[in-house]
Order: sequence, then C-alpha cells, then structure tokens
Amino acid sequence: MTSQRVHFYQVGSFAVGNRLLNEDERTVQARSDRTNSIDSGHRACQGCGEALGARYALDAAMRATNGQIVAVNATGCLEVFSTPYPETSWRIPWLHSLFGNAPAVATGVAAALRAKGNKDVRVVAQAGDGGTVDIGFGCLSGMFERNDDVLFICYDNEGYMNTGVQRSAATPPAARTATTEAVGPEPGNAFGQGKDLPRIAMAHNIPYVATATVADLHDLERKVERAMELRGARYLHVLVPCPLGWGSASDETIHIARLATESGLFPVFEAEHGVVTSVSHIRRPVPVEQYLSLQRRFAHLFGANPRPDIIAHLQSMADENIARYGLLQPELEQSS
Amino acid sequence: MLRQIEGSKAIAETVALCRPEVVCAYPISPQTHIIEAVGAMVKAGTLAPCEFINVESEFAAMSVAIGASATGARAYTATASQGLLFMMEAVYNAAGLGLPIVMTLANRAIGAPINIWNDHSDAMAVRDSGWIQLFAESNQEASDLHVQAFRLAEELSVPVMVCVDGFILTHAVEGVDLLDQSFVDSFLPPYEPRQMLDTKAPVSIGAMVGPEAFEEVRYLAHLRQLDALERIPEIAREFFESTGRESGGLVRPYRTDDAETVVVAMGSVLGTLKDAVDARRDLGELVGVLGVTSFRPFPSEAVRDALAHARQVIVIEKAFNIGAGGVLSTDIAIAIHNEQTLLRTVVAGLGGRAITRRSLEKVLDDASRDELAALTFLDLDQEAVDRERARMQASRRSGPSAENLLRDRGTASPKIPA
Repeated sequence: MTSQRVHFYQVGSFAVGNRLLNEDERTVQARSDRTNSIDSGHRACQGCGEALGARYALDAAMRATNGQIVAVNATGCLEVFSTPYPETSWRIPWLHSLFGNAPAVATGVAAALRAKGNKDVRVVAQAGDGGTVDIGFGCLSGMFERNDDVLFICYDNEGYMNTGVQRSAATPPAARTATTEAVGPEPGNAFGQGKDLPRIAMAHNIPYVATATVADLHDLERKVERAMELRGARYLHVLVPCPLGWGSASDETIHIARLATESGLFPVFEAEHGVVTSVSHIRRPVPVEQYLSLQRRFAHLFGANPRPDIIAHLQSMADENIARYGLLQPELEQSS
Repeated sequence: MLRQIEGSKAIAETVALCRPEVVCAYPISPQTHIIEAVGAMVKAGTLAPCEFINVESEFAAMSVAIGASATGARAYTATASQGLLFMMEAVYNAAGLGLPIVMTLANRAIGAPINIWNDHSDAMAVRDSGWIQLFAESNQEASDLHVQAFRLAEELSVPVMVCVDGFILTHAVEGVDLLDQSFVDSFLPPYEPRQMLDTKAPVSIGAMVGPEAFEEVRYLAHLRQLDALERIPEIAREFFESTGRESGGLVRPYRTDDAETVVVAMGSVLGTLKDAVDARRDLGELVGVLGVTSFRPFPSEAVRDALAHARQVIVIEKAFNIGAGGVLSTDIAIAIHNEQTLLRTVVAGLGGRAITRRSLEKVLDDASRDELAALTFLDLDQEAVDRERARMQASRRSGPSAENLLRDRGTASPKIPA
C-alpha cells in the first residue's frame, strides 16, 4: 500500500498551525491547562528565543510528569530575567546556585529525592551555552558520566549575552562578539575552535541526547516528553536566537532559528545511548547567506568589503553537518 | 563505647550516626579516610537511606550538597586545603542560601609550594564566608563536634565546618568514646528545613537581590551567627549533661584565672601547649592557655572575659596574613581592645612543621623576660632565608625560591628542631 506524507504548514513559514491539528496533537501551550511554569511578566528582551524555549520545554516537562518538576538554573539571562527581586516568574520549585554548578546541584537534588524514596518528582537543570559548554562543563561531564537522573537543557544563544555579548565556546566562527570583534584580516570568532556539546554528550553514552530549535516547538515538546520517559542523564540542546547578541530583528527569532536548521548549520537530531536515532530533515535547503545576512554579528561578511571566502568556509561546515547526519530529505536526495 | 580508632574513622562513624541522607565525596589528603569509611558504610547498606556521590571535583561536591540540602536532605561532605579553595564559590553560596550543610575540614596548608601537611591556612581563607567554624582539640572532640554541628546547623539554617587538624588528628589512632545511635537520635532531631524545593509548595530559591535588600540579607546572616554564639555553649552544655564530655563550646580556658600570660591557640596544638604551660607553672610562672573552639562566630565577649586579667597575650597561629601578620590575633586584638595588654603573635606549624613542647617553652621563656617580639615565626631558619635573599640579590634569574630552599636544606623530610 502506498502512502503520501502530508505536511501541515502555512505558506512560506513551514510553521505548523495548531488549528490544523487534532486536539491531541496540539502543543502543550495550546491547552488551557498548561502550567505556565515560567509565567508572564519576566524581563526578557523582545523576541527572546530563550524565554520561548524555556517556556515550551518546562511546560512540556510538567505535562509529562504530572506537574512533578524541580528546576535548577545556572546563572545567566534566564536566571536574571525570571527573578528580579522580589518577583519571580517561576511557578515550579526553582533553585539558582551558581554559574558553573547547575549540573552538580541537580545531581544533589536527584540524590536527595532518591534518598527520600521519592520517585515521582523529576529534576530539570537548565543553563545557557556559557553555563553548559564553558564554566559548567566539568560538572556537566561528571553528571553525564555518573548517569545521574537529570534532564539538562542548554539554551544555546551562542555567546555570553547577559554580560554584553562575549564569545563562548558555542559562538560560531566569524561571528562578531565583544571579545571577537569584526576587525583585522580574520574578523569575528576564529575557525577551528568551539565545542560540539551534543556529540560530546553522546560520547558519554547517556540514555538520551537531542537538539532542537524554537522554530519547531512541536519537535521540542516531543523531545522533552521522550526525555522524561527515560531515567538517567539526558541532554537537550536548544538553539535560541538572541536578537540583542545576534543583531537580528526581534520578530525574526523563529525565522532565523529555522534558517539555522534549513541551512545545515544547526543539525536537529536525537540519539539514544550514543547512537543517532532520528534526524529532522531539511525541507527546503537554503544557502548559509540567507541565515547569516539577517544578523548584524555577520554583517562584516557582506556590504562594501564582502568576504565570500569566509561565507564559503561556513557553507562547507553546513555541508559537513548535512553529510554527517544525512539531513537532506530522502526524496530530495533522490531527485538531485 | 571506647575504642582505639583513627581520627578519620571516628569522625566517619559519628557522621553515620547522624544519619546523613546525601554524602558527596572527592578525595583529597588528609580527608580521604573519612569519605572512604562513609562510602563503605553506604555501599554495605549499614548507612541507609543514604546516597553516596563520587563527584568529579570539590566544586561539584559542595554543589551536590547544596542541591541535596535545598531538597530537604541532611547533607555532608569533607574537604581540605586546595579542595576547599576549589569549592570556595560554592562554600560562600551555601552560606548565602542558608543551607545547613556540615563539612569536615581536615586542615592543611595551601600551595604553592604544594604541601599536604597541616596548618590552618585553608580555614582562614573562608573565615568570611558565613560558615560557622569549630576547631577540634582532640579526636574525641572532633567526633563529638559533628553531632553538635548538625544540630546547630539545622536549628539556625547555617552551614557548619568542623575543623580538624590534618594528619595530626585525622591520622592519629587514639582512644575515642564513640556515641551510640539512640543518644544521637535523641540529641539530633530529624531535619526540618526552613526552605525547600517542594512541588506542593513551589518557591524560588537563589533569586537576584539588588542593592534594595542585599545588605539586609547579609545582616540577617550575621544575626544568625550571633544566635549561634548563644546556642553553641547551650548545645555543648546539653551534650555534657548527657555524655559527661566537655566537647564544643565557645572557648576553653586552662589555668587562666590568675595567669599573667595567656597563650591563645586553636586545634590540636592546645594539648602540647597545656603540657608546656604545666611545666612553666611548676617553675612558678603564672601562665595559662585559652583554646578558641568557635572561630566563627568569634566569641569576642568570652575571649575578653578570659583575657581580662592577662598582662601579656600570646597568640599561636597556624596561618598568617602575608604582608600583615596574625589572623586570629586580629580578632583577639579587637576583642580585648585595650592599650595595656601586650599582644604577641607567634606563627607556628606552617606546612606541617612540628610544634614541639621545647619550642613552646622557649616562647614562654622569652615572654617571661619580655623578649618576645610582636610577630615571630617559630623555629624559622633565618640563615636559610638569608642565603636565598643573597642568591636573589646576586642574580636576576635566581630561579624558584621553593626549590632553592629545598636544595639548600638538602633533605625532603619535615624539620623537627633538634
């Protein structure tokens, strides 16, 4: 029997409209009983990808666990904008300790719950890319290696945005930051540096590793739900564009996140016990220029003195991702 | 039950009697035997329910304890020296959050040069962190203090550090009267957290606090330490009434009533010091000893009372504030606050250098003739220092001083004065 895959999407955006879906397929956010884990009134910038990603991820985790979530937060934008004293946006038990120790604090929470025989309450730890790939990396690797029962979510906006846009080990090559200025013969962040945390996480052989973006919130929710079905160390790496740090329009956050995946620069996949189990295929491939040209952090690659050589280098990185994860749709690969 | 037992083992067994629910461990000398012993008890199931977490660093150790304590579990860890410094950010954080973690600090020097032996530099480095710091004189007291520490920490929501001289106490085998479970259970009620992560009553812990309230938060922490000044002697008295043992308290005066000269110190050196004082007393000198058990909170009033009649106060310190002088001495000076008392600082036992009775008697001898300088270094090899100063004078590239001094010394063993 032959079947045809039906894509539900609105013209031009690929966004799946909730109204086109059956009720049980709609997002958690579409439900009146959503928990609003991180409530409105916080101080995130307009168009903040992290606020959006955290809201979807935590509400999905709450739904998956029947409201039994404790969250641990690293220092960073999410921590600062959600808890301007004496107000807090958190409707779930929430603990912030330090910048670099969120994975270990989460381990302690999980250990305490285990010691008390509490199997229902689950632990989610969250950090930005700085708290994950840089200062929190030692604790994160330790948490992975011990397979502690924690879902760790990295909201990756590719730099230290809270402190004024400095480079992290998740900043892409050529990007301008306050510590990798767009000056000199090789402007922006250096090539050949940085950490690929999802692959490093996979190398720990933990039960679950996945990437996601705020352009596909159904996918993000599904991955959170999958993660909560499993026990042990789980890692979710969510690309969250930052209008402030990336120099992009605040109404372009979703669009830019989508271009990051459609260009191949940010592969979206999931892996269990170190083996890739699924990838999100690129529906409509785009050259990296389309992604880069919307962001002022890459403005030095365009304009009066364009740098096609650097753009080509970035394109080759995207092409490597496409080849490594098989990101092209099978039918597109056949037709090409 | 009286047993011949290593200090670390006695501490571990006493900690187990306190029924910790989460113990995090990172090995660092001379603390290792403590966590090894607790780990074995958890592994064997004799300490249960308890989660023993082998962490990847001391920074993680304190962080795990923070998470566990904030979830309402009784949390314990142990560290020393570099380990304490590596976890320092989390040490401050635990106190700032008001989490009643108990930690054994097996006191050890801080490098460079690397040195694993005993002094008090590590404890002094975190004296301003907001932790209560209690110093044990003997292994009996080291063990007993842990039960009192959990009680105090949980009553006040303040973390407590039990400072135990590395090797001198941790690795010494001596008679220790171990407590029994029923006593500890009656002395130490189950932990009732003032704040905790609870899905039934969600709270945010660790929010950003700006200038509008930060000072008040800090002042409240100070008030809790002042409360501890009241509770430490009360808890020690209650402990004494049940066990007959004088463990804990704020200060411990010894033959100070009529003393013209009082020597102040903390930790295991107090034993040697009392022997030295006894010897001088036999010669008719009016000397006494004041042991400081509670370094933080600092018992200024108790110190002032104990030193009220002393003409001369000598502070023996196993640490010093490089470029300034004594650390404990500064607190003592503020406490006694008068122009009449002669205050002398003797820095001793750095990096594990033995503090002998002979050397202490020499200090008392000098003091009796008013020949003790304001700041002296016990058994300092001035000639070796002079030779290194000369080498530095002679050549710009004189090389690393630590290695030069070792070469000069010609031996790697710790010096015990002849």
